[in-house]
Amino acid sequence: MLAIDIWFIIEKVALIATIIGLSFFIAMYTTYAERKVAAWLQDRRGPNRAGPFGLFQPLADGGKLFFKEEIIPLTSNRFLFILGPALAMITALITSTVIPWGASYVDGTTNIALQVADVDMGILVVFGIVSVGVYGIMIGGWSSNNKFSLMAAIRGASQMVSYELPMGLALIAVLLMTGSLKMSAIVSHQIEHGWHIFYQPLGFIIFFVCALAECNRTPFDLPEAENELNFGYHQEYSSMKLGFYLFAEYINMFISSAVMATLYFGGYDIPFVNESTWGLSPLLFSAMSFAVLMAKVLFFLFVFIWIRWTIPRFRYDQLMNLGWKKLIPLALVNMLLTAALTLWLNN
Amino acid sequence: MQLTDRAKTVDRRPMTFLESLYLWSIAKGMATTLKHLFRKKATIEYPEEKRPFSPVFRGLHVLNRDAEGRENCTACGLCAVACPAEAITMEAAERLPSEANLYREEKYAAKYEINMLRCIFCGLCEEACPKDAIYLSQTFAPANYGRKGFIYKKEELLIPHPIQQKEAYEKALGERKPTVNA
Repeated sequence: MLAIDIWFIIEKVALIATIIGLSFFIAMYTTYAERKVAAWLQDRRGPNRAGPFGLFQPLADGGKLFFKEEIIPLTSNRFLFILGPALAMITALITSTVIPWGASYVDGTTNIALQVADVDMGILVVFGIVSVGVYGIMIGGWSSNNKFSLMAAIRGASQMVSYELPMGLALIAVLLMTGSLKMSAIVSHQIEHGWHIFYQPLGFIIFFVCALAECNRTPFDLPEAENELNFGYHQEYSSMKLGFYLFAEYINMFISSAVMATLYFGGYDIPFVNESTWGLSPLLFSAMSFAVLMAKVLFFLFVFIWIRWTIPRFRYDQLMNLGWKKLIPLALVNMLLTAALTLWLNN
Repeated sequence: MQLTDRAKTVDRRPMTFLESLYLWSIAKGMATTLKHLFRKKATIEYPEEKRPFSPVFRGLHVLNRDAEGRENCTACGLCAVACPAEAITMEAAERLPSEANLYREEKYAAKYEINMLRCIFCGLCEEACPKDAIYLSQTFAPANYGRKGFIYKKEELLIPHPIQQKEAYEKALGERKPTVNA
């Protein structure tokens, strides 16, 4: 019993380390992709000096942030000032625990799930942690003791609250179809019955818009509105504390892409084929499913970047109108329709 | 009054519910940006790739020498008079008999300075010079850390010797060959 427990712990620790490393790596190269795609969309070339195709640019950026002078404003609350970026980073990283990263590795009696914790409340865990994530912004902006930062923090908080509602409502429609909150159950339901995007296109659009808002990405980047609030909640931050905020944003993007792929695009399911009948070796099978999920995630990351360099920021009243008057009614209608249809089809 | 037929009246009707979701307009915008992804890049990769200067480009000044390598300038001061920015100063000196291979005429410029911060690169000095001693090349003044460095002395302005440093001379001459007096 004890021996099994040790192996179990080793397996999970290895998995956690891999996922955190992967999150960092993807986030690092998302910054690079962001600059490259931004350049291409504007008919430019983007960073191409550091290394081949500028591939070392994120390393150079990170190195720069580490060596920058660290400034903590005298009038700020020191403890909270440091807690802010730490909280943003931690919450961004924790969310990845419940996402199934690939099909389980099943070889004889060994069964290794590519998921840190397959909790029954899977998707609720994600929502719970994401709603804690706003504290990073709020605490950071408030403890800076700066009017612009405070204003940005308040904006961020109200935006998060407003957009978590339609996001949750859109999610309920998915849960009505699967009948489970478990992430692995949601994926296996999609493998059996087809991807949710075909049944829930409206729900997906609402979810996607809210995901943009939750990640503070354009057009919802009001908390850091450069030209009105001087970089918003992280105005007083320098060095790696600023880096943590920026980095957490990219990790959030990565995780929300993974969540969207899992909820609506079949997770690690390979489209159009039934790969379980091919008789692949278990390792290859798991690796392929993981690669497919990553492909979906990368596509979403591209869409995130693409949107950022296309649309300007919403005005604050537009943001609130869109959230409360448009998305919430739509999400409610979507939820009621799904509920009615599910009930009708099951009887 | 209608001036052109290109004027468009602004549609001020309130947005319908679908329009107020912005989805269609955003989709259109994203199609536009996606098209730009495949466009030719406008960037010129500067240090490796340089845009050619116009043939009439007026760049850094060069003090000319004749075919034997003697300085053309006689320090007459016409360039300094012509200069609208008052960037040119000089001091004249009389040529010694032993210096006949250095200076073309009996009088020469012992000191010749152009302040590149004042200079507006109009080329009037070039027009004014009766001895074809100064002309504007096809390079521009490089960056410098101090103001002092922008006051170009004679050593920096003089063209390389046409016989002793033939290659450098040809390079400095550029495409705009000044008429070389015998």
